Formats: sequence, C-alpha cells, structure tokens
Amino acid sequence: MPKLRVVCYLNQFFGQIGGEDKAGVGPQVFPGAVGAARAVQQALGEAGDVVATVTCGDNYVAERLEVAVPELVELVAAQRPDLLVAGPAFQAGRYGVACGALCEAVQARLQIPAVAGMHAENPGVELYRRRVYIASTGADAARMAAEVERLVRLGLKLARRESLDAPAIEGYFPRGITHNVLADATAAQRATAMLLDKLAGRPVQSEVLLPEFPRISPPPAVRDLGHATIALVTDGGLVPKGNPDRIEPLAATRYGAYDIEGRSALDPGEYDNVHRGYDTTFVKQDPHRLVPLDVAREMEQEGAFGKLHETVYSTTGVATTLAHSERMGREIAAKLRAAKVDAVILTST
Amino acid sequence: MTPVAVMVGANRVVPAAGIIHPLGNADLSPEDERTLRRRIVERALAALRTEVAEPTIFAGDGPGKNPAAGT
Repeated sequence: MPKLRVVCYLNQFFGQIGGEDKAGVGPQVFPGAVGAARAVQQALGEAGDVVATVTCGDNYVAERLEVAVPELVELVAAQRPDLLVAGPAFQAGRYGVACGALCEAVQARLQIPAVAGMHAENPGVELYRRRVYIASTGADAARMAAEVERLVRLGLKLARRESLDAPAIEGYFPRGITHNVLADATAAQRATAMLLDKLAGRPVQSEVLLPEFPRISPPPAVRDLGHATIALVTDGGLVPKGNPDRIEPLAATRYGAYDIEGRSALDPGEYDNVHRGYDTTFVKQDPHRLVPLDVAREMEQEGAFGKLHETVYSTTGVATTLAHSERMGREIAAKLRAAKVDAVILTST
Repeated sequence: MTPVAVMVGANRVVPAAGIIHPLGNADLSPEDERTLRRRIVERALAALRTEVAEPTIFAGDGPGKNPAAGT
C-alpha cells in the first residue's frame, strides 16, 4: 500500500509557536511533523508521512473565519495530501471551531478526506459533527498518545475509502446519518427482546436516538405588569389572507410578523390559517380563538398590563424540525428583545 | 398538549380550551366564549407574574407541579 501524504493542522500552542500571546499569529506552514504533529507521525508509522504541519493562531482564525479558512485551505492544497488531520483540540473552543471549519472546507473544496479530534463539550463538535468526522477525545492532553492513535486510525480508514463501523465503535461523534442494514432478527423479535431485557432490569440500548431537550432556565417573573409590554405569538398557523410570507403548512421554516397596531380585533375576512395539523375551521371562523387580540386589547386599556406589542409573530407548528423551531424562536426572541417586549403569550395548538 | 410543552422545557404553561380552539369554544355563546378567553389570558398574565423554578402548569386552580415529576 503506498505511503499516504498527511498534513496536520495545529494551533499556535500545539504548534509550539507560543501561548495566548501568540493567538493572533497568521497561517504558517512547516515541513514535516512539528510539535504535536509528531504524535500523529508516530501513530501513522509506515502507513504515512506527515509532509507538512500547518499552524495558525486561534484568535486569527476566530476573528476572521471566512478569510482565514481559505488561506489555510491554500496551504493544505499546496502539499497535495491524501489526508488532513486537525487537532486534537480537546476542550479548546476556538481551536475546535478552527479544526472543524478547516476540515469541512478541505473536504468540500479539495475533496480530500479530513479528520479532527476534540472533546464532547467543545463547541466545534455541535457545529461540525454532521459534516466532519470528529474523533472523540478527553478534555486535555493527558492521554494524547492513545487518542491520537484513534484519530489517526479513523483518518487512515477515511483516506483509504474503507467503510467505517458505527460511531460508538470507531470513536467519532455521530453525524446524524442513518444507514439501512439488514438485521438478523425481525423488528418484532428485537422489540420483544428489548422489552424482556427491560423487564429483567438489564440495560437496554434504544435503536432510535431520542432527542434530548436541554433545561431552559425560567426567566424571572415580570415585576411590574402594569408597565410591561406583552407580545402575542402563535404556532397555530394564523396568516393574512393569501399567506404573503408563504409560511409552509408543514415543516415550517418561516414565520410571519403581522401588524396589529391600533387594532382591537382580527377580522376573519382578512386572515386565513395554513396549519395542517388540526382542524382549523374554528380558528378561521374566529381568529381570536387562536390569537386573543380582542381581550388583550381590552385588558391593555384597563391597565392589566402596560402595552400590547404591535406585532404578532406566527408560524405553523406541525412537523417543524427542532432545528428550525429553535432558530425561529431565537430570531423572534431577538426581535422582541430589541423592541423591549417584557413577556410573551404564546398560543400553541 | 401540555405534557409536550413541559417536555420541551417551556417553564410557564397555561392549559387552554383545546387544540382546535385554544382560546374559544364554538359550543358557547359569543359572550361566554369571550369570558372564557379572558379567563385564560388572565391566567397567562398571572403565570408571567409568578416565579417558577421548573416547567410549571398554571391550571384553573393555581400553579401545579410538573406532572412528570409525579407530584
């Protein structure tokens, strides 16, 4: 088997250029294995040669990702490698993000296999694991030799286009890809076996990964409701007639912002509902059954709260992906915050 | 749908009048519907004024614990 040409990417610290004081240095390339890249050469043995080590300061990359990554890709390309090994970045966030971004770019633009290594809590993992093979490492360099071995083993398989085992076996973060495999037993048999294991108190491994919902710290209660601005938001699919923002009836990726300034009622003739997850007959007859503008305006006038925000945000909450839901929620929250809204009443169907 | 709200981590949850008309009820007269709607929105404002430490359901008779916690 021909010896593989390998390029390593390291930050200023692991490249032995300096510490935080050198975090601003730009891209550099050194022949052969420098600094921590020597561990990669050791792990490669006869299978490959680290022909060059590319380094860059963590701040340099973090402060100008769109510019720095192409610069680094150029340096990698010039070496004509068969494989890029980035990191391990352990828990260093800027370094991890740089490794992930560089691997992604090298794969996409140079079609060269790339592998990175970092700890599960490195922000680079959540940002890049779906597009980059990231080997899981410890939090620091305590067991670096063993972890670099695993990183290199994964990299070699990628470079040789060998098929990989499941993430848990190869030691990389799941990329969210589902492979169909033919099982020995039918689903009914596997489910029954799982149930029997559960009943017997034996450990059970779910075949389907259940989503995890992070705990959200409750915002403090509104102190002075009498002076607070309240906004109305809904995921019940309210849209103006004609659905000008083309909010999707299923798996929405868009939300609308609808003006209610000066209005105390939603005229059913001006509104429609595109939600496909429930019978919208009743909320079409009377949109207040979904967005309580009438009573909200009444309560505002009575002083139950300070002000009703003049924009209603709306989308459809059926088969909406978690990712889009979180993104839309974050975007709406940012707009509400900018408009100094104190609290939200969200009607969900 | 309140168990779903609690599961995904919403901290102040007010049960409303049903999926197809959360803030209404076609079986009621328009006046009674409006009263119902008003009552639910009042409960929502009360929830906003209440400190909570975890997902809490604000049913008609005051704040209740997260049902998943078994209390």
